[in-house]
Amino acid sequence: MDREHGEDPKKKAEVILQIFKKGEVFAQELLKENERLRYQIIKLKEEKESLLRERGGEQLVELQRRIEELEREKQQLLKRYEEVEKENINFAKKYVEIEEENNKLANLYIASYQLHSTLDFDEVIRTIVEIVINLIGGERFAVLLLDEKANRLQFVAGEGVSKEEFPDISLDDEHLIAQCVLSGESYFSENQEASDDINKPIVCVPLKVKEKVIGAIVVYKLLEQKEKLTELDHELFNLMAAHAATAIFSAKLYSDSRRKLTTIQGFIDLLVK
Amino acid sequence: MGGSDKKERKILIVEDSPTMRQLIIFALRRLKNVKIVEASDGVEGLKKLQKDVFDLIITDINMPIMDGLKLVSIIRRDEIYKNVPVIIITTESGREDRERALSLGANAYVTKPIQAPEVLKLVEQYLSTNQNQL
Repeated sequence: MDREHGEDPKKKAEVILQIFKKGEVFAQELLKENERLRYQIIKLKEEKESLLRERGGEQLVELQRRIEELEREKQQLLKRYEEVEKENINFAKKYVEIEEENNKLANLYIASYQLHSTLDFDEVIRTIVEIVINLIGGERFAVLLLDEKANRLQFVAGEGVSKEEFPDISLDDEHLIAQCVLSGESYFSENQEASDDINKPIVCVPLKVKEKVIGAIVVYKLLEQKEKLTELDHELFNLMAAHAATAIFSAKLYSDSRRKLTTIQGFIDLLVK
Repeated sequence: MGGSDKKERKILIVEDSPTMRQLIIFALRRLKNVKIVEASDGVEGLKKLQKDVFDLIITDINMPIMDGLKLVSIIRRDEIYKNVPVIIITTESGREDRERALSLGANAYVTKPIQAPEVLKLVEQYLSTNQNQL
């Protein structure tokens, strides 16, 4: 009946067997392909990790380089900051110095203005005393004028020192004040502690009109609050002394000329009568 | 009083040394709207205080006729001037002198030779304090 209906069962079995064989080959191929792909995936993963490692390393190196660069910049900025800070301190110091100098110059201006504002001899001497107290900070000092005929220095004014305790000083004597006047050079002792010895002042500034010395200012003690005279004080003291000398000289000339004028006027009056 | 910033303030300087007066005036030259009046001793100072009203007084201690301490004690008994700032400028640097001046009612004590910026700062400080109290 089966044969009648067509196909041979043996043939049919072979066909099925072939189909199974083909299926088996196909399955094996699939398995192989699967294995190959898995292998490839593993490979790619490894490559990826290796690439990531390489790139990460590069980035790290780059970052380290950048950090070093920034560190250098930071150090440079800190150095610059320190320099600027130093400059600032220097400027501040200079400002204080200039301000101090400015004040001293203002003092000198006022002193010279006061000295030249009168031709009255006593007033000039009074002004010199005021200046030495208020501007220089002298507590015990004397103003001496030269008597050219006698070649002696005479006390004309002072503070804390009287005329009685101040003997005339001969310029021929071996004396600090005489030497100072003869040389025309100011003397400022290094140790500015008060001196009780009339012959040893701590400061002696000659009063000069051009090169002609007409007297001196001698200081024995500074005010308690004035610790010492600075270099600037020395300069100003010298400048002030120059103005004082001119003022004394002018006042003397003026009083002499007035006296002479009065005498001449007296003669004229006598002649006219 | 409105516009107190523009109000002229008056300072009396009582000092027998003309040089010192000039120095103080010079130290205060940067102050705006300030009128400075001078007196050469305590008595003259009192007369000026009676004639006008001052916002601040600067006085020396050692002066002829009437000294600065006497002046301060009189000022402090006056109703108008009992709170007006008084700055003493003197050669006397002793602690006792300072304490005496301050106990009599002086507000500040400055020793000579003066430093212009120090005087200016003090005056500015007391003028502004006085202005705030008005």
